[in-house]
Amino acid sequence: MIEIVDLHKKFGTNAVLRGVNLKVAKGETFALIGASGKGKSVLIKHMIGLMKPDQGQVKIDGQDIGRLHGKKLVQLKNRIGIVFQFGALFDSLSVFDNVAFPLQEKTRLGAKQINDKVLAALDNVGLKGEEEKFPAQISGGMRKRVAVARCLVMDPEIILFDEPTTGLDPVIANSIYSTIQKLQRERNLTSFIISHEIPGIFKIVDRAAMLHDGRIIQVGTSDEIQNSTVPIVQKFLKGEIE
Amino acid sequence: MLTFIQSIGASVIGFVRELGKIGCFLLTALFYVFTPPFLLNRVTRQIHFLGVKTILVVVLTGLFTGMVLTLQSYYVLVTFGAEARLGSILSLSLIREIGPVLTGLMVVGRAGSALTAEIGIMRISEQIDALDAMALNPHKYLVIPNILASLIVFPILTSFFIVAGIWGGYLVAVQLTGMAPGVFFGAMSDSILLNDLLLGFYKALSFGVLVTWICCYKGFFAGVGSGFGAQGVSKATTDAVVLSSVLILVCDYFITSVMIFG
Ligand SMILES: Nc1ncnc2c1ncn2[C@@H]1O[C@H](COP(=O)(O)OP(=O)(O)OP(=O)(O)O)[C@@H](O)[C@H]1O
Ligand SMILES: [Mg+2]
Repeated sequence: MIEIVDLHKKFGTNAVLRGVNLKVAKGETFALIGASGKGKSVLIKHMIGLMKPDQGQVKIDGQDIGRLHGKKLVQLKNRIGIVFQFGALFDSLSVFDNVAFPLQEKTRLGAKQINDKVLAALDNVGLKGEEEKFPAQISGGMRKRVAVARCLVMDPEIILFDEPTTGLDPVIANSIYSTIQKLQRERNLTSFIISHEIPGIFKIVDRAAMLHDGRIIQVGTSDEIQNSTVPIVQKFLKGEIE
Repeated sequence: MLTFIQSIGASVIGFVRELGKIGCFLLTALFYVFTPPFLLNRVTRQIHFLGVKTILVVVLTGLFTGMVLTLQSYYVLVTFGAEARLGSILSLSLIREIGPVLTGLMVVGRAGSALTAEIGIMRISEQIDALDAMALNPHKYLVIPNILASLIVFPILTSFFIVAGIWGGYLVAVQLTGMAPGVFFGAMSDSILLNDLLLGFYKALSFGVLVTWICCYKGFFAGVGSGFGAQGVSKATTDAVVLSSVLILVCDYFITSVMIFG
């Protein structure tokens, strides 16, 4: 489903990605871990075509997203939903309008249907009654939840989450994860989650990988990663200083 | 010595590259103007943003420009006994030059800077990326509505400016210096030709495209090579205002010379 082949990316002299190889199967829930500033967000931006690789490809169902144009690119992007690390909400729109925006612009649903869908999506992330507020008037965690609602309201096949639950309390975080699990069971959702929640995230995902020094140093099932014998992974999981 | 030449070379290359980027930006926008979906409600909103909120400023500047022009011209013309030409001088200079140029500058200050800041903030807070990730074309949402709106807004604002200017001239000439209204307006209707109106109209259209193009461009690429975060946006805004103001005057010269001698 998602296949990353030998991905390289440099910013000036800062070689952030130096040959990332990774496969995520359809219907899989996958976690990417790694130290701060190592290029996880950069990687996820390549997966939806926002950044172009210097070398290598991101293939989704065999299509190289960096080289697609026009209709094909639109069709592919329509299947993918992304939650940015900092939410990227439209700050001149209210919470309701933020979630309604993709529905209004991309579907032919009527106002009533949109209204119902948006309210349900917001309810799902525990934001009932906050519809009229603006992004500047809500907390960081609430913003994140609006971003999750905006992503899920479009029923994507693949979701890319850049730290969806950082800054959220455990109750809300669990409810977001149980939503992801429910969607996985019902619609065979593929999810790619960047997370710093260790070890919590391993309970949710099928497999995980660790990004270090621009490469994936280990991929495996949750258990394999948790009981890793790779020293860097071990240290990272225990929070030890190198 | 070598490094000096190198730095000249580098800045020339940088300049040419920037020019290319600005050009491509307009071409991309023009390309998407003709591909659906057409977001007409966004155009209406930008007409409101660029135009409606700028009317007061434009009318005020028009009024006072007309008044001071009349005052100045009157005292010069009177020494030649040619004050009967006052209406003609005032209306022609307003229609051909001052109206379009000052309106353009006022819109840059009032709305252009706001436009750059708004788009720039959307850039640095990844809102443009979010649009892109939803497979919605950011050019269609943020750039084209402004350019289209400017085609409607600039001519209308310019005509408001001119009317306000002429009215200001009337106040000074007729009410203050006691010239006969017939003389003041008669000179006007005798001297204004269709070509003068067209010149003013073309200028208004060109300045509209120019201003929205530059201001959108600067906002769209805020933070790319111009510092990051709030500083990037503030630099983009300053650049946009300076560049579009200068280009209005440069463009004005060229349009005038082409229309007169072309
Ligand atoms: N647009 C950019 N221009 C230049 N450098 C960038 C850009 N985006 C990211 N980088 C660099 O890429 C590196 C990785 O950044 P990234 O945001 O991917 O880290 P991350 O792994 O997501 O960290 P965190 O866990 O803190 O979110 C950093 O060194 C950063 O300086
Ligand atoms: Mg990140």
